[in-house]
Amino acid sequence: MMQPFEIARKNLLDPAGLTDLQLQNVLSHVLGNSIDNADLYFQASYTESWVLEDGIIKGGSYNIDRGVGVRAMSGEKTGFAYSDDIILPALEQAAKAARSISNNDGATPVKAWEMSIEKQLYLPVNPLTSATETEKVALLQKIDKYTRALDSRVIQVNISLAAEFETILVMASDGHLAADVRPLVRLNVSVVMEQNGRREQGYAGGGGRYDYQYFFADDKGFEYAKEAVRQAAVNLEAVDAPAGAMPVVLGPGWPGVLLHEAVGHGLEGDFNRKGTSLYSGQMGKQVASTLCTVVDNGSLPNRRGSLTIDDEGTPTQCTVLIENGILRNYLQDKRNARLMGMKSTGNGRRESYASMPMPRMTNTYLLPGKSKPEEIIASVKKGLYAVNFGGGQVDITSGKFVFSACEAYLIEDGKITKPVKGATLIGNGPEVLSKVSMVGDDLQLDSGIGICGKDGQSVPVGVGQPTLKVDSMTVGGTHHG
Amino acid sequence: MDNLKNLVESILAEAKRQGATDAEVDVGTNKGFTVSSRKAEVESVEYHQDKGISLNVYFGKRLGSASLSDFSREAIESAVKAACNIARFTDEDPCSGLAEKELLAFNYPEIELFFPWKISVAEAIKLACECEAIALAKDKRISNSEGAMITTSESYHAYGNSQGFIGLSSATRHEISCVMIAKEKEEMQRDFSYTTACDPDMLRSIKDIANEAVDRTIRRLGAKSLKTCKVPVIFPAEEARGLLGHFVSAIQGGSLYRKSSFLVDHLGKKVFPEHIQIQEHPHLAKALGSAPFDDDGVNTTDNIFIENGILRNYCLSVYSARKLGMKSTGNAGGVHNLSISHSEKDLEALIKTMDKGLLVTEVMGQGINIVTGDYSRGASGFWIEHGKIQYPVDEITIAGNLRDIYARVIEIGNDIDRRGNIHTGSILIEEMTVAGC
Repeated sequence: MMQPFEIARKNLLDPAGLTDLQLQNVLSHVLGNSIDNADLYFQASYTESWVLEDGIIKGGSYNIDRGVGVRAMSGEKTGFAYSDDIILPALEQAAKAARSISNNDGATPVKAWEMSIEKQLYLPVNPLTSATETEKVALLQKIDKYTRALDSRVIQVNISLAAEFETILVMASDGHLAADVRPLVRLNVSVVMEQNGRREQGYAGGGGRYDYQYFFADDKGFEYAKEAVRQAAVNLEAVDAPAGAMPVVLGPGWPGVLLHEAVGHGLEGDFNRKGTSLYSGQMGKQVASTLCTVVDNGSLPNRRGSLTIDDEGTPTQCTVLIENGILRNYLQDKRNARLMGMKSTGNGRRESYASMPMPRMTNTYLLPGKSKPEEIIASVKKGLYAVNFGGGQVDITSGKFVFSACEAYLIEDGKITKPVKGATLIGNGPEVLSKVSMVGDDLQLDSGIGICGKDGQSVPVGVGQPTLKVDSMTVGGTHHG
Repeated sequence: MDNLKNLVESILAEAKRQGATDAEVDVGTNKGFTVSSRKAEVESVEYHQDKGISLNVYFGKRLGSASLSDFSREAIESAVKAACNIARFTDEDPCSGLAEKELLAFNYPEIELFFPWKISVAEAIKLACECEAIALAKDKRISNSEGAMITTSESYHAYGNSQGFIGLSSATRHEISCVMIAKEKEEMQRDFSYTTACDPDMLRSIKDIANEAVDRTIRRLGAKSLKTCKVPVIFPAEEARGLLGHFVSAIQGGSLYRKSSFLVDHLGKKVFPEHIQIQEHPHLAKALGSAPFDDDGVNTTDNIFIENGILRNYCLSVYSARKLGMKSTGNAGGVHNLSISHSEKDLEALIKTMDKGLLVTEVMGQGINIVTGDYSRGASGFWIEHGKIQYPVDEITIAGNLRDIYARVIEIGNDIDRRGNIHTGSILIEEMTVAGC
């Protein structure tokens, strides 16, 4: 099997016959008397998707995106330009534009490349070719039949299968040279169910940095189908959600979107360098209950949010953000780390060559505690048990965050009783985390569906947590009294 | 523009050459830059230069699609090949295919949407820094800033299909924005202001933007939560836009044929109170939502969606129309300059009508379920009593069902916000559940 460097050179540089010498030349012309750092980011991304709807394979699409981004940094200033064409003249033009951030003349030789080779967290395979078209289409049809047979109330089934094969090559003026080949696959099942004129939807999916065999191996699609149908069936019975402040128990896995919103974004290095996050200047201070230890870990094998190296070529790592309630680390890219006198934590990510890198999360989760999930639920007299969520949002300055439950139940006298309609939960990051009074021993990570948006850039991420209890949170239902 | 036209024609020819019975192609290019300042010094300069092709090929009723950013002949040939290959594995879809010839916009109008901003990067940097400097100096409670930003872009777009239709359009878009942070004791609040238009002469001044960013940020200081209650709610124009956006989602053909909308089977039924009219005007000069033809190449027209409160039209593409056994409304890709009728009251006059209630200035999160209409979102804003703003509130939620929310629209203000594709004034809703501490 070819290694990432060989694949990257073959895919990105060879077609235009670009040599190391030419690229060093381009970089040295970006670098000058007042540009202190520069990098080139080559990327080729091949994606495909297949969609089944109304029982037929309705469409499929294939996308190719290739290009190179040039970044020039001078203190806190950044110049950035890119080109959709990986050819020398386009690259030189982009480099010239990027360096215009400072009145720069001349050229400074760049350091000789030093290749950095990390232990790969996933195989450098092309998932698009890991199954035949016949097999892909048959998989969707099989899941469709299975889903429709699960429950006669199913009136609509939509299944999508998607894969991405991405190759990147980073060349930095500090001599750092790194490459990565990143497969990513995803399968989603969504259903609409109808009962007595009432309609509800259910959705499930998953994936990771694998090839398509991940879905073929143990009928993952059937699991997603069952989960989607179960969720819609629960929601068909749901009553109005309560409104007001109450104890909330969050289930394991995907509800970890709580950590992503309440903690993760607020600890991104750019916000803290600028002092715009409510966590700014809180290092070493208590920002959560002592039961909370939160990490961001980009180095888990095959996870959707994982990367062998980030988009600046830095190896990813497990970063402890909060340890027993104490703030320990920020999430850093090279630029913000340098400006803050810290080290990159391998969290410099970008949506593509056409956007600038910034500190982003990978897989963010809360470590397990000692309580049994049953004990946690039994401890609540009247409250909400929320097990599945749509998504969330945070204002990192005020700390206010929301996340929207799509499957939740009432807890009455320590027992889970009726399902309630989806509702948004709102709180303030440090306040909510200081009210975490029980943490379960059942840590789970999500199934591989997370997408995080920041400044218009989307990147795949993961979240996770054990069952946990927040003593009081505001629940945005309609039932008051 | 001629280049784009030639490109579209050559791709259509390539699709035919590779055996497709029909094909359609969309080509777009976009060029511009964004500069940002922070603490009144330049922070970043980004040059944008995007291009892209997306294409559909049909083999009878079977569809395959591809997209790419490389305009080279080899890349196009291989993308067409990939799309044709996909079409060998997709199923016959009776609703698939190009628009009927009589629907195509062969005589599409020229709409004035192209007004380049003659500003250099250096001038834009200066303007952004000045904007931010005005804001930073305005109030002592302004403690920090996320900066000011200026963006300008020029885009060209061509759509063509094998029915012989080819349409070209070009547009510009410019924006100035400013984000401020205020601090008082331990509390930090952030807010922003922006102006956007296709004609730079229609942009508001940097002074206006700076002052508004500061006012909006300062007024949030001292926010508290509310006791859970049911009260009238005002969505100011910029938030009302979102509320109408959910209506558009619910009447989209895609949501309807998937039975994924609370407005399935609602044509001819009352959705809003009788005094409400909702229409679209796709051919307005200098409006950001204008389009001479839709994404299927179909004529765009002044559609009426709500007439005297009654739902008169869905928002349909060629495909979704066929799925529903109806006719395209020229809405492939969405609505164009949706507008709603209004009263002669401004926001202040609407507030005056409130005894007790909530003015929502920000909503957060994705708690909107179009299938059921259930609505539950995080919010912040102001508590109103006796027709006057009392104090800022946050960490609350607002909830209801969109059916009831639309049915209980009491009045719409004349303070119309035209910064997007939906033009509306502030909207007063009779009652929603507000959850707090």
